[in-house]
Amino acid sequence: MGKPDTVQYPSAMKNMNNTTHATTGGTRDNSSTLFTETAIGRRKRWTENGVRIFFFLMCCLMILPLLLIIGYLLYKALPVLSFEFLFTNPKDNMRAGGLWAPFLGTIYLVVVSLLVSAPIGVFAAVYLNEYARDNWFTRIVNLAVVNLAGVPSIVHALFGVGAFVLFAGLGESVLAASLTLAIMTLPVIIASTKEALNAVPMSFREACWNLGATRWQTIRRIVLPNAISGILTGVILQVSRAAGETAPIMFTGAVFYKTIAEGDVFAYNITDQCMALSLHLFTISTQVPDVTEGIPYGTAIVLVGSVLLVNAAAIALRVYLRTRKKW
Amino acid sequence: MEKKKIEVSELRVRYGNKPALNGVSFDVYENEILGIIGPAQSGKTTLLKVINRTLELTRGTTVEGTVKLDGEDVHTITDVYGLRRRIGMVLPLPVGLPLSIYDNVAFAPRTAGPRKKSELDNIVERCLKQAALWDEVKDRLDSLGTKLSGGQQQRLTIARALSHQPEILCLDEFSIAVDPVTTMRIEEVLKTLRTEMTILLVTNLVQQAKRLANRTAFFLNGALVEIDATDVIFSDNPANQSTYDYVNGNFG
Ligand SMILES: Nc1ncnc2c1ncn2[C@@H]1O[C@H](COP(=O)(O)OP(=O)(O)O)[C@@H](O)[C@H]1O
Ligand SMILES: [Mg+2]
Repeated sequence: MGKPDTVQYPSAMKNMNNTTHATTGGTRDNSSTLFTETAIGRRKRWTENGVRIFFFLMCCLMILPLLLIIGYLLYKALPVLSFEFLFTNPKDNMRAGGLWAPFLGTIYLVVVSLLVSAPIGVFAAVYLNEYARDNWFTRIVNLAVVNLAGVPSIVHALFGVGAFVLFAGLGESVLAASLTLAIMTLPVIIASTKEALNAVPMSFREACWNLGATRWQTIRRIVLPNAISGILTGVILQVSRAAGETAPIMFTGAVFYKTIAEGDVFAYNITDQCMALSLHLFTISTQVPDVTEGIPYGTAIVLVGSVLLVNAAAIALRVYLRTRKKW
Repeated sequence: MEKKKIEVSELRVRYGNKPALNGVSFDVYENEILGIIGPAQSGKTTLLKVINRTLELTRGTTVEGTVKLDGEDVHTITDVYGLRRRIGMVLPLPVGLPLSIYDNVAFAPRTAGPRKKSELDNIVERCLKQAALWDEVKDRLDSLGTKLSGGQQQRLTIARALSHQPEILCLDEFSIAVDPVTTMRIEEVLKTLRTEMTILLVTNLVQQAKRLANRTAFFLNGALVEIDATDVIFSDNPANQSTYDYVNGNFG
């Protein structure tokens, strides 16, 4: 200890030494002043908590209607919900019976429309994202994609009537209605596919090109396999839109009432008209008097339930594929 | 005199209106290591991209002047994919493709045409050995290349660049994201490869050029300031004062 004590330790450090071997509260006075909350600190903490609670409440407020809707629908629908409800046709001018014809009709419309829009949308997106140069054509197409996604569905309906029902001569049919729905879902599928393709890092493509791979070889071996989960999720999410819309199918192929063979999944012909859940729900809630009370609610539950089921499948797929993410 | 492998003459490159190379001319001899040094943005990467014609994948670029490979202008070669496979390219950041280690190395040979399994096995083993990675991965060739460490991925990238038996190997600042031990291992690899191929070594470490290169080129703002034997560039009196300043780290 020959050195003179010239170093002034900060008081906090001195106190740390003290408190380590002090068991009484006396020596803590000094150190605690360092960490006492100031007025500013307290205000910050209150604001922080207040803001967090506010956001949390907003989040609850968002969930609440959803839970209420589903709960209320279920409660009202409970008396009619049964296996039979799903697999028998509506009876007595839709005042009683089940949902078979509209349920199968909706499946037809969704499947046929996605069979059309998914391949076109995905391939168009591949072109736009992987091949297209930045010129006036691509800019117009991209602009069209963005804007078509925002066109109201009734406008699609009018287009469908003009283009498919009348001009193409398809008449009011499953095909015409599906094509109208396809036009409606196409821009969203293009947008979500582009996003999925964009998520594959550019460096992978560059590495492939440096190895002498063509664009197509790069797309097939690297880009598509790694974007497929995002692409599929985007497509599946369009099921709910196609199933839920009423306007685009109302004038192009969906009818108020039609009976079909119960239990036969091939009961509809795509050149004929069909019933659909969304339109059926509209009809029995507003157009038909004296409907059995539970039936509109049951219809809504079947519609919402199938859509949620499909969306859940999309989420499950995404989660599964994310666990296998390759980088 | 040695054979000229690459002849660059009056090469000018612009990105839109922005010049990246302003009339560069030099030759690269067969089986030499040409070190290319220079500060960032001086056009080194652009030069490599012109040679394997990946620059044309970037929109809005214009190239004037010629780059000849074995006396043939690369821009008149019709099989651009074949041309790219004559050149191995290693980029600054390691890129393991999202494929197995095996498939990473087999990618280019498969791209070039159908191959027998035994043939591919040989290529994979040879390239991974050449890149000093074989011993670390030989028991897990089917695990993902993207899950290797950065240093291993960079050696995987080199193995992949060797898989199509290139005549020229271009390395663009390969050590930028790699630990010093791996850097030294890769440098040893390059020393053995120089007998088989011509190497263009763009490097951010001037000492690396000094250790490896036969000749060194100094680029600055899109111009080739000086190209000469490495001894001369690193001597006390290179032809150009800015070369001396850059090499000795008192630049700018
Ligand atoms: N994709 C690009 N688009 C526009 N300018 C670019 C692009 N790549 C490089 N440049 C420009 O070209 C010049 C040379 O860049 P680069 O060849 O990357 O130099 P270096 O590899 O020596 O850092 C720089 O001015 C840079 O900004
Ligand atoms: Mg560079």
